[in-house]
Amino acid sequence: MPEAPLIAAAAVAPPKARRAPPPPLVIFGFGWLALMLAIAVLADLIAPYAYTALDLRNRLSPPVLLGGNWLHPLGTDELGRDVLSRLIYSIRTSLLIAFGATIIGAAVGTSLGFLAAHFRGLVEQAVLALVDFSASLPFLILALAVLAFFGNSLVLLVCLLGLHAWERYARIARGLALAAGAQGYAAAVRGLGASPWRIYGRHVLPNIASTLIVSMTLAFPEVILLESGLSFLGLGVQPPQTSLGSMVGYGREYLTRAPWILLAPAVTIVLTTLSVSLIGDWLRDRLDPTLR
Amino acid sequence: MRPGGVLLEAEGLVRRYGMRRGVFGRTVDVRAVDGVSLRLERGRTLGLVGESGCGKSTTGRLVLGMETPDGGSVSFDGRPMPSPGTSAWRVLRARMQMVFQDPLGALDRRLPIAAQVVEPLDIHGIGDRASRAARVEDLLRAVGLRPDQGARYPHELSGGQRQRAVLARALATDPALLVCDEPISALDVSIQAQVMNLLVDLQEQFGTAMLFVSHDLRAVRQVSHRVAVMYLGRIVEEGEPDGVLRDPAHPYSRALVSAIPHPGRGGQRIVLQGDPPNPADRPTGCAFHPRCPVATGLCAQEAPALKPRADGRLVACHVAHGEAVAGTGLPRREAA
Amino acid sequence: MLRFVASRIARAALTISMVVTFAFIVLRMSGDPAQIIMGADAPPEAVDAFRTAWGLDEPIWVQYLSYFWAILQGDLGRSMRDGRDAIVLVTERIPATLALTLPALAIKIGLGIPAGIYAALHRNSLADRIVMVVAVAGFTVPSFVLGLLLVLLFAVQLGWLPSGGQESWRHAILPVVTLGLGGAAVLARFTRSAMLEVLGQPFIRTASAKGVPWRAVVVGHALPNAAIPTVTIIGFMVGSLIAGAVVVESVFSWPGVGRLLVVAVGNRDLAVVQCVLLLVAVTMVCSNLIVDLLYGLLDPRLRGAARKAA
Repeated sequence: MPEAPLIAAAAVAPPKARRAPPPPLVIFGFGWLALMLAIAVLADLIAPYAYTALDLRNRLSPPVLLGGNWLHPLGTDELGRDVLSRLIYSIRTSLLIAFGATIIGAAVGTSLGFLAAHFRGLVEQAVLALVDFSASLPFLILALAVLAFFGNSLVLLVCLLGLHAWERYARIARGLALAAGAQGYAAAVRGLGASPWRIYGRHVLPNIASTLIVSMTLAFPEVILLESGLSFLGLGVQPPQTSLGSMVGYGREYLTRAPWILLAPAVTIVLTTLSVSLIGDWLRDRLDPTLR
Repeated sequence: MRPGGVLLEAEGLVRRYGMRRGVFGRTVDVRAVDGVSLRLERGRTLGLVGESGCGKSTTGRLVLGMETPDGGSVSFDGRPMPSPGTSAWRVLRARMQMVFQDPLGALDRRLPIAAQVVEPLDIHGIGDRASRAARVEDLLRAVGLRPDQGARYPHELSGGQRQRAVLARALATDPALLVCDEPISALDVSIQAQVMNLLVDLQEQFGTAMLFVSHDLRAVRQVSHRVAVMYLGRIVEEGEPDGVLRDPAHPYSRALVSAIPHPGRGGQRIVLQGDPPNPADRPTGCAFHPRCPVATGLCAQEAPALKPRADGRLVACHVAHGEAVAGTGLPRREAA
Repeated sequence: MLRFVASRIARAALTISMVVTFAFIVLRMSGDPAQIIMGADAPPEAVDAFRTAWGLDEPIWVQYLSYFWAILQGDLGRSMRDGRDAIVLVTERIPATLALTLPALAIKIGLGIPAGIYAALHRNSLADRIVMVVAVAGFTVPSFVLGLLLVLLFAVQLGWLPSGGQESWRHAILPVVTLGLGGAAVLARFTRSAMLEVLGQPFIRTASAKGVPWRAVVVGHALPNAAIPTVTIIGFMVGSLIAGAVVVESVFSWPGVGRLLVVAVGNRDLAVVQCVLLLVAVTMVCSNLIVDLLYGLLDPRLRGAARKAA
């Protein structure tokens, strides 16, 4: 091999191409997301009050910036509950739901996509019919029907939101698995006598993981928006639990008198979805430009 | 190892694909492989030659049992081929392996070479950890790689080195049959000869039977004990490689042979006329007749059977068997 | 051609029947409608009478079949609340919803597509950056937040426009703008990436390399090709004309289909929810069908899928 000595001279580890640092907006996105995660994890430690604690003497007290006192930096609602504490616990609830739902969606969709690619025939047709089905109903309508009629448990909400965007993962997983199975490494491994578990678990999944992760980053803000939309309508997270969306829905009653109740969670929703979207776009351009 | 015994026998293989034609047209059956029979002895190599689209790769996959034939049968070691995906089929993979045209595509880019070479041993539960590691080192050496190159990822190797890695993986379970599907056509010309020599060496060393699929008649001659020429899903000529190359009997083989560049033999190339073969639009009679320089009326009506000549060469041609007098070709059809 | 259309229509019908089945299963699995309507402390005889009256005492598959059969005949049941035909209740709300969604659709297309094309043609320019930032913002700001912010600004602070209700056309301005801006952002982003993808294709380079003026390349080659993916998302927007305003209608107390749905869901009014579900699904499936057929016209590659033999 004439080229062998050349390669042998290089280090055994591949020389990592020097990467440009992410643009400032993306760095902001990572920073904001890290802050949100920290708040969610440390909610019990950093929240000044319990999110249900009433302070009847300080009802509808404005935030510090609008002339309020430091007792309640972001003000209070009409029952005197501390907006900052509620915001902290809402961040925890909303992130928990969004993470859980995104992971469920990716797992369900990817599995169905693999099933369709592996068995073809009837299984594939059934999966494609399900994709048609979910394309025929806007997800919010579907979720509204299911939630209202099954009642509102947190588990159900997470599972339901997990069905959002499953068809995207299914399509990606099926397409890539078919491509890998037609000529590429998956066909080769199958030819070695590998079981389907090994083919999909050890080879196909790691190979398409970056595409799936990018899709998850793109779906995550959508899940946050859906959850907050449902909660805003009063059909998502139920009191005494609180989420970003239900805080906005609740604060809407006091739009004229106490807009801070609504503005704090609204700004948080926007900045969080914006951050994850920016990160997702950046990851997509970097890892998988074919995905749109 | 009993050299000479029949390892693989394929009888009348047929593989059809559905293909939609036109804007919203109906599906047309395309016979990619149309009645191919072949037989391969232990430790020997059969070369399968033809242009792209003639069904030679499909034949390779059918023979391996990667696809189920729509007609005909494959038997390996005297037993019928189990259907794909069954556990019997999976177990049989240890005894028959494939080498691909595109080694980069056939390797998992996210795993180092050694992890992929050891995989067949993991799958088939051969040996313990230590013996597997030793076996991987031996295999890498046997295909001309250094054991330390096992830590490399596929994209860190050259094309020739990747194909060596694929070979090492294919040979890990010491298979009795290796199907090589255009194993050198994606490689640089300078590397091709090395890989060809390696294949010959490995066959001597491991006693593996090979089905060598290629469009390159010269490459096939270099490794094969017998050669079969395919045209539009059928074998049109089969015989000893030297004989076929020196004195091709079928007009199509003659065109293939004459296409090999040859110093000091200018002006004798047979340039085929007519449309390149399209399996969706198979001509009547002998599929080759629209392009054949010696076709006669009979060729357009009746498909010639593959049968032996006096010297044992198998040919499917009316003219070669003297059933028809050599003509001067048939007028080309107007509507293409 | 006929075969193609027929197979698409059959698939659409299958999808709709899946929606019907889904609606039935979900709504019946969720609890006993009689108990819910009559209240937990209603006398058992009254609940039984209610069951008999609404056919709820039949085996579940009989209920299912009769439900399916009724739908085939155009009977979508009556509202359990006020006893009126669900289909009437829903259809009389449609004009109100369309009064929001149609102008909003015009804003989306009129604003989103030109902005996306312009941004793609002037990639990395200041205009492109602005369009992209606005587009990302438009996607990440939920409609209820945008709506409430607009209310806060234009109704509460400035007092220019009403904050809710349906008394005059002025009441429609804020909801239409809320709906339109978000959709325009999505469409702009989508159009831009579709255009960029097409502009990167070899045939565009070939066309401009052989001397076709750039304007002609864009109009003749890039736009038609970028139109193919864009049609999908516009089809989706057309499909959600009826149900696309659930949240915005709630924000602005606009008495449309979405508001009706939210209220019906709160009341567990089976017939109305099923009716909205079905109506939405039919609209969506029909617009998907039209998009599919348009695809066949726009993209010759999709007309015949061929499997190649090696």
